Amino acid sequence: MSRLADTFAALRRRGNGPGLVTYITAGDPDLARTEGILHALERGGADVIEVGVPWSDPLADGPVIQRATERALAAGTTLAGVVEMLGRLRAGLRVPIVLFSYANPILRFGAERFAEAARAAGVDGVLVLDLPIEEAGEFRSLLSSRGIDTILLLSPTTTDDRLRRAASLGSGFLYAISRLGVTGASAAIAEGAEAMVRRIRAQSPLPIALGFGISTPEQVREVGRWADAAVVGSALVNVIADAGASHDLNVRVEEYVRWLKS
Amino acid sequence: MTERPVFARRDPDARGYFGAYGGRFVPETLVAPIDELAAGYFAAREDPAFRDELDRLLSHYVGRPTPLYETRRLADRVRIFLKREDLTHTGAHKINNALGQALLARRMGKTRVVAETGAGQHGVATATACALLGLECDVYMGSEDMRRQALNVVRMELLGARVRRVDSGSRTLKDAINEAMRDWVTNVAHTYYLLGSALGPHPYPLMVREFQSVIGREARAQILAQAGRLPDIVVACVGGGSNAIGIFDGFLEDRDVRLIGVEAGGERIAPGRHAARFAGGLTGVLHGTRTFVLQDEAGNIELTHSISAGLDYAAVGPEHAWLRELGRTEYAHVSDAEALDGFQVLARREGILPALESAHAVAYTLRLAADVPEGTVILVNLSGRGDKDVQSVMEALK
Repeated sequence: MSRLADTFAALRRRGNGPGLVTYITAGDPDLARTEGILHALERGGADVIEVGVPWSDPLADGPVIQRATERALAAGTTLAGVVEMLGRLRAGLRVPIVLFSYANPILRFGAERFAEAARAAGVDGVLVLDLPIEEAGEFRSLLSSRGIDTILLLSPTTTDDRLRRAASLGSGFLYAISRLGVTGASAAIAEGAEAMVRRIRAQSPLPIALGFGISTPEQVREVGRWADAAVVGSALVNVIADAGASHDLNVRVEEYVRWLKS
Repeated sequence: MTERPVFARRDPDARGYFGAYGGRFVPETLVAPIDELAAGYFAAREDPAFRDELDRLLSHYVGRPTPLYETRRLADRVRIFLKREDLTHTGAHKINNALGQALLARRMGKTRVVAETGAGQHGVATATACALLGLECDVYMGSEDMRRQALNVVRMELLGARVRRVDSGSRTLKDAINEAMRDWVTNVAHTYYLLGSALGPHPYPLMVREFQSVIGREARAQILAQAGRLPDIVVACVGGGSNAIGIFDGFLEDRDVRLIGVEAGGERIAPGRHAARFAGGLTGVLHGTRTFVLQDEAGNIELTHSISAGLDYAAVGPEHAWLRELGRTEYAHVSDAEALDGFQVLARREGILPALESAHAVAYTLRLAADVPEGTVILVNLSGRGDKDVQSVMEALK
């Protein structure tokens, strides 16, 4: 069983509160400090960490992650550098790591070469934002033959037919997008989110993490009533942006994650 | 080269691929809306009523067919014919596609249109079509392009569109497309994304080509009537490549006709200084399609430069990449300076101010004219008029 499957199975067994998936943009403020942030996320209680690969044209992201991406690129962050960094950290982290990327950096790197590097670095899952299931077939095989989960996204616009296909092709967990639009925090969880998670449940036994617009412990608990985990991204990226170069960056990240799980 | 009749019916395959190029690389939220768009488009193109309404508008509103004009003083060794898309309503070929897609949007029950624009010609065409059909219209435009094409910003606003300023990235066309796609992904239920070039996820490259193919159909009949023969060479500028694919489409079966696309060579062929994808690009994915893309080692999209806002883009339409691979089309590039020369030569010798985009095709034709045999017949797509560029040209010539 993959580390992601183990993690979600343990969450379901324990049954004491929802899982928390945290997203950060790698290389914001720089790769060296990303290492400290990853450890802080684990200490704070993150159950899964999504590591975002910065790319020049993040068209599915809102302003917060766009800015983080710009800072990371300005700091010289590349996919190769991110994978190399994860390989170094892997032995010291027990939490599963999901690489979160747009398609082009992976294609430029070479899909097979990337899959091999991700395996060697101990990456547990890969999510490619602009690689829908119709385009993902070959890439998914490259990953699964190396024991890496392919995390698929599901949206409110996803039809039941495609939902069934995603459920059979995805592994690790399914990432449900709570609402239409780009990434970013909102005041309230989108109205249709619960119904959407139930719609996915009806088609798939895979764990479900719900993301987009989640930033408070109340929202995490609310999501936890029907999904396996909540994903917090932009709000956490904001915490990192605010702390920036200050010496207590890691403490603030850890405290924020602990607060989200409270 | 293959002898299969690959050019007879050039629909891409079911997944939207022209050979190895094209496809649909979009976030999950856009998959269903794009399926809906494809279904809507394939139904519309089989519907005679849709076709009739578009044809009527093209003739009575746009002013088609546009003239084919044989130049008098541009060259003496060769015969040069200009397909005068600059004489359409709104002044560029963009209106052919904008009207077609706006009609489709209305047919699909959408009430709002978003679009991106580089030079502003697609934005003006979209604002015009939306005014005509009573659709709400938001046009995303990079702030750098708003500066270069200030006149078109005013035109769009006068036509009732909202121009949304984009300050991210390079503040040009690529960033405007990013923002337009973010808007679409947020408002998919009632919003139609009216993409302006033969780019983007399937079915856009096919749909835009089909709406622009009227250029090639008219030009082929006109040149047969006027010259009594087919041209030896067809030349068109290529940004995303919609005017080029539109005119090439009429001649793909005519194997002896050379088809040459002209990209923006900018200042020189070096990273960030040009927009010649076939000179400096590699296969990659940008804005939903797999094609030739200017990018760095890490797969980040390179900044581009061209004096012409409409050619200042890092990717080329996927069908161009495919036709080039098949050996059916060729691509060249001319520099900013050559394009400026082309602009001035056409103005002074023929009394026509071309768009800076089209001036690239003119400049390449002048280069070609010196090398080809005497009497060669060259057809140039004069895709747009140059009023919008007068300020830029004045500054560049200072």
